[in-house]
Amino acid sequence: MTEYAKYLRLEKFPLIWCPGCGDGIVLKAILRAIDNIGLNKDEICMVSGIGCSSRTTGYVDVNTLHTTHGRALTFATGVKMARPDLNVIVVTGDGDGTAIGGNHFIHAARRNIDLTVVLYNNWIYGMTGGQVSPATPVGKKASTAVLGSFEPNFDIVALASGAGATFVARETVARPVVLEKLIEKAIRKKGFSLVEVMTPCPTTFGRRNKAGDAVEMVEFLKEHSVPLARAGTLTAEQRDEAIVTGVFVDVDRPEYTEQYARLVEKCGGRPAARAV
Amino acid sequence: MSARAESPVRVMSGNEACAEGALAARLRFFAGYPITPSSEIAEDLSVRLPGVGGVFLQMEDEIAAMGAVIGASLAGAKAMTATSGPGFSLKQENIGFACMAEVPCVIVNVQRGGPSTGLPTMPAQGDVMQARWGTHGDHPIIVLVPNSVAETYELTVRAFNLSEAYRTPVILLLDEIIAHVNEKVHFPEKLEVVDRKGPDEPPATYKPYRHTPDMVPPMATYGRAGYRFHVTGLAHDDTGFPTNDPEQIDKLNRRLNGKLDLHRDAIVEVARHDCDDAELAVFAYGSVARAAHQAVREARAKGIRAGLLRPRTLWPFADREVRELAGRVRTIVVPEMNLGQMAHEVEWAARGACRVIPLTRVDGLPISPAQILGMIEKA
Repeated sequence: MTEYAKYLRLEKFPLIWCPGCGDGIVLKAILRAIDNIGLNKDEICMVSGIGCSSRTTGYVDVNTLHTTHGRALTFATGVKMARPDLNVIVVTGDGDGTAIGGNHFIHAARRNIDLTVVLYNNWIYGMTGGQVSPATPVGKKASTAVLGSFEPNFDIVALASGAGATFVARETVARPVVLEKLIEKAIRKKGFSLVEVMTPCPTTFGRRNKAGDAVEMVEFLKEHSVPLARAGTLTAEQRDEAIVTGVFVDVDRPEYTEQYARLVEKCGGRPAARAV
Repeated sequence: MSARAESPVRVMSGNEACAEGALAARLRFFAGYPITPSSEIAEDLSVRLPGVGGVFLQMEDEIAAMGAVIGASLAGAKAMTATSGPGFSLKQENIGFACMAEVPCVIVNVQRGGPSTGLPTMPAQGDVMQARWGTHGDHPIIVLVPNSVAETYELTVRAFNLSEAYRTPVILLLDEIIAHVNEKVHFPEKLEVVDRKGPDEPPATYKPYRHTPDMVPPMATYGRAGYRFHVTGLAHDDTGFPTNDPEQIDKLNRRLNGKLDLHRDAIVEVARHDCDDAELAVFAYGSVARAAHQAVREARAKGIRAGLLRPRTLWPFADREVRELAGRVRTIVVPEMNLGQMAHEVEWAARGACRVIPLTRVDGLPISPAQILGMIEKA
């Protein structure tokens, strides 16, 4: 069993997250994935933006960088290019990652730079009080969409796939062990990888949308999850309701830091500095 | 594209000199986005950096370039970006992050006419206040402003040195004229290159924002064995973690700004020409200082005892130097390619000791020596 304390800054507890928030389940899955691979804490850099999910970095005893809203991937790109030997894990949310950070998201995927993105999708801006996000499903209420959102929401998996990510997966916090395995695969993948995690926000999404308490919201995720292999049997209407889970993309394409290292070699330079 | 810096003397543009200076200061990471009139800096470095094992990245936007620069610096690379007005506006939030998290980096802004898209190919000096106050909140910043291609080389090196020495972003303000004029640069045989101060204590007791007598906390870099640390743009205590403790917040804000106050004399540099016996002075910076120097020479030839005070460091402002001069002259003329942004600062520093007369130009054309001479003769 994973000894979580080894990876946590326990002196920073209690966590900032509300009771019933799913973010802690994602955090634990990330730690188990790291432990499964056996990564050295000094070799990990965890980068986040702004929002509930982005507070993850404060609790993990690795090199951590809590950046500006939406920009985690840009900072992470700088870290990775300067130190390609580090395992760079980006934690972000649906608002941070696909609204204000949407441009960086598609371009990091396009470059296929070896970053692992764990995107916590709770359908809402939680930290600022429940405003509508690009992931809020049509019809759901938010503090800035009190009659229900009528903007179509992003399919984040399709967005990452279309932009060129070489590993793309979706899972919910209702299946933490599967989630852990997917994050492990994503970290092992040499290239841009995305794991979208559906996670409940009872406080700012659940309450306003009468979705029940944390347990009911996790039940909802479980009941609406459909493995990718079975998604083809769904009607269009069922598919709209479903949370399709699994690995959507797992392909190999030249990775950016490796391509850059070849350019350096061609120009007669020596590759970027390694561990000091 | 520039050739390698083998010969001790070369003719080049200000933008090329900036790239050369950065490499001489051991730049190893550049991220940018195409924008006139700064693009040659990126183009040059895209050719030069891979050959020294450095990284060149053209990012998806200006914001991304600034973010990448900060990430690379935290991972130990000397890092820089270059831009112009609109791009400089976009970078401001992340520049503030670098101030708050004390991340050394250099931001080059080749000033063009503004506001907004303004005049992409014409010179201006309208960003001097933005360079000081562009990002929100009280924050420290160092801004250097060269007046020639040779000085661009020199001050680019200095920008890195100050940035590394004081753990703070440094802005190098060029203008379109300095960026594109071709002049001789004598490369110095010996160059002082400063590297950031690393931790002097074991990981167990290392605090990334420790309050030291010199107010500059020793800086670990990501990946250095054992020194795992947290960096945030939130108000933080000396461990680097967020805090809501008013005492800690006050301490942080006062140290951040106080560190530049403490080292003010090492940071602020001015050049003086004919100031000793001057009865009238010109305060000018950047390319305008060239015209001002010529005007002062011509005034002298006409028997007017004129002098020139030229800041090489624009921020922190050379207030004491201006004040001292104001006590000796009857008038200070301040020619600027803006509507008098630094003239206000000169007036504040002079505190009524002499008259301060702005000379402004915002039509995209440079200020001529004749214009300045005319003002000197009237003053």
